[in-house]
Amino acid sequence: MKSLIAALALSTALIAPGLALARPVTLTVNMAQYGGPGAYLAVYVTDASGAYVGSLWMAGGKSKYYKHLTDWAQMTGGDVAQVDGITGASVGAGQQLQLSMDLADALFDAGYTLHIDAAAEEMRDSPNEIAVPLTAAGAGQAVRGRRYIADFTYGF
Amino acid sequence: MLRQIHRWPGLLAAALILTLALSGAALSLFPALERLSSPAAVSGQTVGDLAAKVLAAHPGVEQIRRSPSGRITAYWFEGDVAGAAVVDPATGQDVASADQGAMQRWLTDFHRSLLLGDAGRYGSAVGAVAMLVLALSGALLVARRQGGWQRWFAPIKGPLAGRWHAELARVAVVGLGLSAVTALWMTASTFDLLPSDEANPALPQTVSGEVGLSPAAMTALQQTPMADLRDLTFPYAGDATDVFTLTTGAGTGYIDQGTGEMLAWQSPGPWTTVGEWIYLLHTGDGAALWGLLLGLAALTVPVLSVTGGLIWWRNRQSRPRLHGMAAASMAETVILVGSEGGTTWGFAAALARAMQGHGQGVHLAALSSFAPQTYAHAKQIVVMTATWGNGDAPTSARGALERIAKAAPLTGVPLVVLGFGDRNFPAFCAYAEAVETAARTAGWALPMALDRIDRQSPQAFARWSRAFGDLIGLPLDITHQPEAPQSTALRLLSRKDYGDSVQAPTSILRFALPQTPLWQRLTGRGIGRFSAGDLLGIVPEGSTVARLYSLASAQSDGFVEIVVRKHPGGLCSGQLLALRPGDTVQAFLRPNPGFQPDTSKAPLILIGAGTGIGPLVGFLRANRGHRPMHLWFGARHPQADYLYAEDLATWQADKRLTSLRTAFSRMGRRHYVQDVLREDAEAIRRLMAQGARIMVCGGREMAKGVRDAMTDILHPLGLSPASLRAGGRYAEDVY
Repeated sequence: MKSLIAALALSTALIAPGLALARPVTLTVNMAQYGGPGAYLAVYVTDASGAYVGSLWMAGGKSKYYKHLTDWAQMTGGDVAQVDGITGASVGAGQQLQLSMDLADALFDAGYTLHIDAAAEEMRDSPNEIAVPLTAAGAGQAVRGRRYIADFTYGF
Repeated sequence: MLRQIHRWPGLLAAALILTLALSGAALSLFPALERLSSPAAVSGQTVGDLAAKVLAAHPGVEQIRRSPSGRITAYWFEGDVAGAAVVDPATGQDVASADQGAMQRWLTDFHRSLLLGDAGRYGSAVGAVAMLVLALSGALLVARRQGGWQRWFAPIKGPLAGRWHAELARVAVVGLGLSAVTALWMTASTFDLLPSDEANPALPQTVSGEVGLSPAAMTALQQTPMADLRDLTFPYAGDATDVFTLTTGAGTGYIDQGTGEMLAWQSPGPWTTVGEWIYLLHTGDGAALWGLLLGLAALTVPVLSVTGGLIWWRNRQSRPRLHGMAAASMAETVILVGSEGGTTWGFAAALARAMQGHGQGVHLAALSSFAPQTYAHAKQIVVMTATWGNGDAPTSARGALERIAKAAPLTGVPLVVLGFGDRNFPAFCAYAEAVETAARTAGWALPMALDRIDRQSPQAFARWSRAFGDLIGLPLDITHQPEAPQSTALRLLSRKDYGDSVQAPTSILRFALPQTPLWQRLTGRGIGRFSAGDLLGIVPEGSTVARLYSLASAQSDGFVEIVVRKHPGGLCSGQLLALRPGDTVQAFLRPNPGFQPDTSKAPLILIGAGTGIGPLVGFLRANRGHRPMHLWFGARHPQADYLYAEDLATWQADKRLTSLRTAFSRMGRRHYVQDVLREDAEAIRRLMAQGARIMVCGGREMAKGVRDAMTDILHPLGLSPASLRAGGRYAEDVY
């Protein structure tokens, strides 16, 4: 269980001052049995226009592979500083990744979308493996991934 | 020092290096297999054409990749189901699964991280560092052993394990060193220790907004040859703002899906380009043949490990233990040893035991540990040292000259130097001389002139020990027979007798080649591989002292042959000449690399008298390449001791022997071989002008007569036996 204070990499406007307007959110990623080595996952948020807002988590420690998280790499220019301090291990097939963090209330029901790009060595790059709008109503509803992720849920 | 650097990584990291080498060798097969199993490329095909074909077969295609081997893999979605396959570039149709085999994935993971994640990657890197140190120090050792880099591929001589080690290493070292360097680079890259400058162009601000153009109609894709392709990523279906992303060896760019124009392009920086080459050099991915060569180089590692371990073990075993040894600070006699193969240790231990027998406290140590300030109770210091190569320090004496030069001498403590070597080498006892000079310069008292022991002669050592005993006032007379390598029984096949009528009974004795299992040969037991000119040690019954005979045959002849003359009262020659076919003697091999023909095509002048013809006959018998070989042979009487007369006639007929001149001392003009040489002075000078090499074998008197004759003959050319010997063109085997 990982506990994070307000996804520090998110742009300051979205971080609630003093955490008063934030709520604890749990992200749960269940990996599929995709038959390969541990997958890299980039979890990030875009706004209503599709522009990059900030990163929430990077699963996978070696930045030389980040280019395979193609959408994330394009949006950030491959900037490792975007995931400074919010990086963990890659996630193996069939495993579960659970992240707890305080997210600003303003992120919900405001057109923001949470994305997960995925990739594994010698396998396909899967940008936009998950793309789910952040809404209060969507909490607790599992979303299926395309290739690596069996399902993804965020909940309060 | 170099040897220490080579030894310890080899011994400590052997298991790790073996693991990496074997898994690497197995992995080297995969690029070749991939190359063989991939559908053939279509010549002249463009990326646009390929993309259109794949798109037709898989409308949901997202990405097309081309591996360095040329294999094309397509990734797509059909409905919600992800699909991937190797495709035939000619048709765009699937031909094989895109998934890497579990075996290859496991091996890759094992090779680079020992299945232990990042910690294992560091472990593998340690193995690569050890490999690199071994490769570099090993290359320097081979160069030193061979006498310079330009002689890198010259034939290697010596005991079996050492020869195999050097033979394999000098071929494989480039591959092994490169594998290690590239592995370290890749590890550094993985841990972000190298700058990253991959192409990552900024996304275009505006696109045409149109969709639906066929890739085959896109200029940017049509202008890109298939062979340059690395990766082509398609835009998201239904997203008119998205673009094609094209990556080639030259860079990455974005292509408008409506117009097919290149919107942005960026080339990677130098670090990325170098990194790609490093990857190719390490994995052979995209250079399958190179990969296989690297794999072969890696396969030498098990053999190098075993032979290297054997060399170390045998050197260790050869250093004797001295019971009741005194500490350096307590000993009255300090014996310091410079030894390469360990023989000198044997003499040193014999001296130490003899001194102990007289109640002396003795300290025995390697010459490289020379530290006179610690020898608080020393009454005398004895340095016994061999010479390595061209006058260099042997293993256990590395750095001794510098230590002698630096340390203050002990006043009133005499230092005695005894050299060991082989008179056939130009640098006979040169290192012992260097030690003596260094000690004299440093101010040591040297009451005894430097003595030199030729070819481990027990007699010469006993003589020296008596003189040394006189010096220190102890009655010493030490008989030390260097421990013969385990001897092997040789069975006599046939004998040919000569010389009875001239009171010089002489026989050519031919023994069967003993069958020795490989393992025994590697561990130094049995008769090793031998050439004519090497020495056969025979231990006569009733004696511990071996006699050495020059071999008149090589291993490839399939028999062991020596020529023996009976000496009046001679124990060994008497026993040998009494042998009947079927009888056996105990024998061992001692290599004699100083008396071997070189491998050039220059003429050889062979000069022998009596039994000295033995090794020369061996050279002639092996001369199937018809190198010009001229023999001058001296005997007593053509009807009595004209050894090998029929063979010499045969070889002259089949051109193995170019010319033959004989001298008989009990007939006609009563000539010796040196007299005939003088008669043939003009011919000899002509041969010398062609670069001829001279090899002399016989008794001490005869060799001296030949040397004198040659001095006169060569004088007009400005040459002398001494100058030729220094250049490796005048070799003697004298007994």
